[in-house]
Amino acid sequence: MKLYEYMGKEQFAKYGIPVPEGGVASTPEEAAALTEKIGSVVVKSQVLSGKRGKAGGIGFTDDPAEAREFSAKLLGSELCGFTVDKVLVEQKLQIDKEFYLAITVDGAARKPIILASAQGGMDIEEVPEEHMVRQTLDVTIGMQPYMTRDITRRLGVTGGIAKQIQGILLKLYKLYVELDAELAEINPLVISGENVIAADAKVTIDDDSLFRHKDLPVVEERTDAEKKAHALGLSYVELEGNIAVMANGAGITMATLDLIQYYGGSAANFLDAGGGAGIEQTSKALELLLSKNPKAILINIFGGITRCDDVANAFAYVKKNIGIPVPVVIRLVGTNEDEGRAILKEVGIEAYQFMHEAASKAVEIAKGN
Amino acid sequence: MAIYLYDDTQVLVQGMTGNQGSFHTRQMVKYGTKVVAGVSPGKGGQELDGIPVYDTVAAAVEKHRIDASILFIPAPFAKDAAFEAIDAGVKVLVMLPEHIPVQDAMEIMAFAKSRGTVVAGPNTFGVVSSGKCKIGIMPNQFFVPGDIGVVSRSGTLCYEIVGNLTAAGYGTSTVVGLGGDRVVGLNFIDVLQEMEKDPETKAIIMVGEIGGSAEEEAAEFIKANITKPVVAYLAGKSAPPGKRMGHAGAIIERGKGTFEGKVKALNAAGVPVAELPFQVPDLLAEALKR
Repeated sequence: MKLYEYMGKEQFAKYGIPVPEGGVASTPEEAAALTEKIGSVVVKSQVLSGKRGKAGGIGFTDDPAEAREFSAKLLGSELCGFTVDKVLVEQKLQIDKEFYLAITVDGAARKPIILASAQGGMDIEEVPEEHMVRQTLDVTIGMQPYMTRDITRRLGVTGGIAKQIQGILLKLYKLYVELDAELAEINPLVISGENVIAADAKVTIDDDSLFRHKDLPVVEERTDAEKKAHALGLSYVELEGNIAVMANGAGITMATLDLIQYYGGSAANFLDAGGGAGIEQTSKALELLLSKNPKAILINIFGGITRCDDVANAFAYVKKNIGIPVPVVIRLVGTNEDEGRAILKEVGIEAYQFMHEAASKAVEIAKGN
Repeated sequence: MAIYLYDDTQVLVQGMTGNQGSFHTRQMVKYGTKVVAGVSPGKGGQELDGIPVYDTVAAAVEKHRIDASILFIPAPFAKDAAFEAIDAGVKVLVMLPEHIPVQDAMEIMAFAKSRGTVVAGPNTFGVVSSGKCKIGIMPNQFFVPGDIGVVSRSGTLCYEIVGNLTAAGYGTSTVVGLGGDRVVGLNFIDVLQEMEKDPETKAIIMVGEIGGSAEEEAAEFIKANITKPVVAYLAGKSAPPGKRMGHAGAIIERGKGTFEGKVKALNAAGVPVAELPFQVPDLLAEALKR
């Protein structure tokens, strides 16, 4: 779950990482009032996307009327594919130098990793590798002061600035661990005179950890259908095509999509019904697929923890009680396969043995309609 | 031989009395796995089909030799259960649960490393040395003994590939599920290294997907260290960039981890890549001829 910049900065402030004076506004009047109070400000639209500046979502002013006008234009508008609900109005910083600082997960090393660069303020992908400082951490000791001293040495900073960055690193790591962040990023970290200030905040919380962060705000990035699927514990992504797909497991769902494309069709969605989907969950998943009015439904189940008889029962239930207005192609093998096939046979459906046969059949049906 | 699991591997099931735990304990026993004990806090003293249940892992290891353990534990409690097993000296730990917080996974891996425990997963279907020992949730009927090693990031997709192999007359030596998460214990390189040494494994199938850089790293390793034929299958050719498709790994970011990039890296290491599951047996047959 990505946090909006203003939420990220609230967390930064809580952990003692310096942020510019400012506040969040939902109306042009609030933006004007904040400008009145702060003086010279930057108005930043709050969307879950980078490249806000280039898209015209960031403006500078010291005039409350101008702040009102600019906010009125931004609020409610579309920016980078998101609707702007709020703007952050904060003190405009004198920028002497910009750094990049982030803590994320190095999957290959199985460790947290610090990324830092004295070339901040731009896309980190564009910073040449030789200007990046990388440092993985051992979680058993976490971030220690000596590491932060070495990082500032490698960044080429000294004196009071180095001391401040060392402090920020320790606090950022504490935040990263305590909030179960996948990413805690400051870009740019600004040197302004004698001070070091986080001019931006990008914090992504690990969705799988949300059960222990009930106090965090909920940020919704999903479409309505995706929300519904998530509530059912399903992994669902909307796509553009006309063949609704349900499979069990992310890998096999992707492979099913690949096969549909191979046979010249297009998938309407990615729906991973996951491991151990029960009758109720499976039937809800089917309802979800139908809500998108596909031309055909392709179900590809290779049962492991998922049992074929459960899937077949769910399918038979939906067919009898809700009705399925579009053709369905089912491939069903694995755990309790014989039981599953027998159940399907009772409702008049012959399950396929191989996924490529099922996929090509679904494409044929979708094209024929 | 085989790797990680053998004929005489004695297995503990953590969370044995739960719905999934009891179902899959029975499946494992049916496959021939020596499940010697279970752990379910508060259920100590019970039995499941004659297999004793203990309250803690420590209590189980007092009474039994435990070589490996498998977790059927919900994600919020999985870290504790993994620590418990590693602390009790279990040397192979199979972590089934998905949705384990990534920082928990990092802590588990650090502790496992310090104690010399091999961890498969989290978010894995398990490990099976075909015909000898199965620790996991894979459907029994597809895992017949043979000389093809299979290593996969994805569960169901691996069954699919193994199913295709079996249908084409190939059995498997050891099949390893790495798990679909961003932080997992075993990776491609660890398993490739073991399979290279395993006299029972003649050729290796790698089942990968878009996202991350595990396949690219494996390709480098194969080029330098692996003499046995390797064939790969990669899922996600059709995935639109930027969309997260279930697995944490399956996200295309920053132009890295693309289908094309992975195919290129693997081909450069002499690994042919199947684009569709049913192409794997043919590619394998060709690779074995060379």
